[in-house]
Amino acid sequence: MSIDRATAARVAKLARIKVDENSLDSLANEFNQILGFIEQLNEVDVEGVEPMTSVSPQKLKRRVDQVSDGDQQDKVLSNAPDAREGFFAVPKVVE
Amino acid sequence: MADINTWTIAEARDKLRAKEITSEELTLSCIAAIDAADALGAFVHKTPDEALDQAKSADLLLKQGDAHSLCGIPLGVKDLFACEGVPTQAASKILDGFKPGYESTVTQNLKNAGAVTLGKLNMDEFAMGSSNETSVYGNVINPWKISDKLLTPGGSSGGSASAVAADLCLAAIGTDTGGSIRQPAAFTGIVGVKPTYGRCSRWGIVAFASSLDQAGPMCKSVRDTAIMLEPMCGFDKKDSTSSDNAVPNFEAMLTGDIKGKKIGIPREYRLEGMSPQIESLWQDGAEMLRGAGAEVVDISLPHTKYALPAYYVIAPAEASSNLARYDGVRFGRRATLSAGESITEMYERSRSEGFGMEVQRRVMIGTYVLSAGFYDAYYNRARKVRSLIKQDFENVFSTGVDAILTPTTPSAAFELGKMESADPVEMYLNDVFTVTVNLAGLPGISIPAGLSSEGLPLGLQLIGRPWEEGDLMNIAYSLESTTGFVDKPEKWW
Repeated sequence: MSIDRATAARVAKLARIKVDENSLDSLANEFNQILGFIEQLNEVDVEGVEPMTSVSPQKLKRRVDQVSDGDQQDKVLSNAPDAREGFFAVPKVVE
Repeated sequence: MADINTWTIAEARDKLRAKEITSEELTLSCIAAIDAADALGAFVHKTPDEALDQAKSADLLLKQGDAHSLCGIPLGVKDLFACEGVPTQAASKILDGFKPGYESTVTQNLKNAGAVTLGKLNMDEFAMGSSNETSVYGNVINPWKISDKLLTPGGSSGGSASAVAADLCLAAIGTDTGGSIRQPAAFTGIVGVKPTYGRCSRWGIVAFASSLDQAGPMCKSVRDTAIMLEPMCGFDKKDSTSSDNAVPNFEAMLTGDIKGKKIGIPREYRLEGMSPQIESLWQDGAEMLRGAGAEVVDISLPHTKYALPAYYVIAPAEASSNLARYDGVRFGRRATLSAGESITEMYERSRSEGFGMEVQRRVMIGTYVLSAGFYDAYYNRARKVRSLIKQDFENVFSTGVDAILTPTTPSAAFELGKMESADPVEMYLNDVFTVTVNLAGLPGISIPAGLSSEGLPLGLQLIGRPWEEGDLMNIAYSLESTTGFVDKPEKWW
């Protein structure tokens, strides 16, 4: 599988990372090096093998579905790049 | 008392309990060492005032007696751990200025035991790297060097490794996703433990690859790792993957008696073109364990070769999902927008300006392997291979093998900048011996075992059965006493 400029641009878009037009070729090239390495996995016979979902056999703990924390608006907003009137502020989303 | 910062945790504990020194003296000695070591780039956010307050409280507890072994011991903290009110930015520009309003469970556990925290330690950005050259704070320098060449301390816990090796703190915490505790420990001549997946809570640790990440101690001796690991462990309701398995007294398990233990030597770890130095270090290690009464057997882990490629699907996939939260909205750095720029442009520019190249590369690879049409071919296949890798270990352990001995790294520390022109895959090969352990969720330890012909430390790795860190550290303890590694870097900084 070879990644071209257009695929590299599409992946960058999906990942929401801006990539310069001029960098797309070198990015595609790096992807191809990494994917070339990953493609060794095709040699493995994985017929009938379950994909791993949890590395340890233990069951996840259950708990009662109730609020255990909260009322910390100031703390939550304290690291926001732009917070106004108790909200996170972002550029206009709806025209 | 001179050079008390060079003590091990065990030595310091005994002197603290005997009231021969105070935690305050110990802490001041470390603070002075840290301030004189800026050339190493290890400590990036120093918290001397907080440390001295903690030391004074520890001294009070010690006076009352019955204090924990870690009480009053000054430690360093990798920048990946959230510490309340202290800058925590995973060595990334995107978290510039971030000060968490909460404390990670592991650092809280250590503080509850009375430990003193000296500040935050440098690392590869978001723990992605094997040379500590991807940090927004700049490189970390290995205190070991050859003539005037500056060497990498390894990564991603490079700051932790460098700080411990240079005696800036008595020990440090690191995290290990593919080898990030063990590889830097090997490069700097210290001991590092990656516990079983689920031993330590991951809550409050900046997430890289959640199914692989584990915190662990980086120390000057095996005994110190045993002392330090114990309070780090335990179930935490804030991390549903943390285990409530009983946490034993690890230090009490260090008897040094390994008679009858079965040690496996995996033939697949004998790589083509492996350096003869590494090969003989490994053989010597096996001989020493045999000499101590262990039975050494050849074993096979047939899917070893596929561990690294599987890791480079799974880790980036998880990272792409975990790092989606850095969007310039709720925390961290937002790009400066010009009039009329949309929210999508805000996301895209915040992320391209905030993430370094290696992080961008991995997020995009992860996005690709998870994208429609490739999910089965890459991500699901990698998870199947991961099952096979785990099965390899289970098969070996079911034959009665107690631990597996391998080299930690394929080489000694290399020169900073050396990998600049290499393709990304070449750097990834650093983790070839360590990454299997994360994929299988097992505990691993690296101990310094000798010096290369150039005079640089080399490490051996022991891999244990799940939840058997105590047994594993005891085998490492025996090996440590036989190798008698005591070398220290000559101070130049």
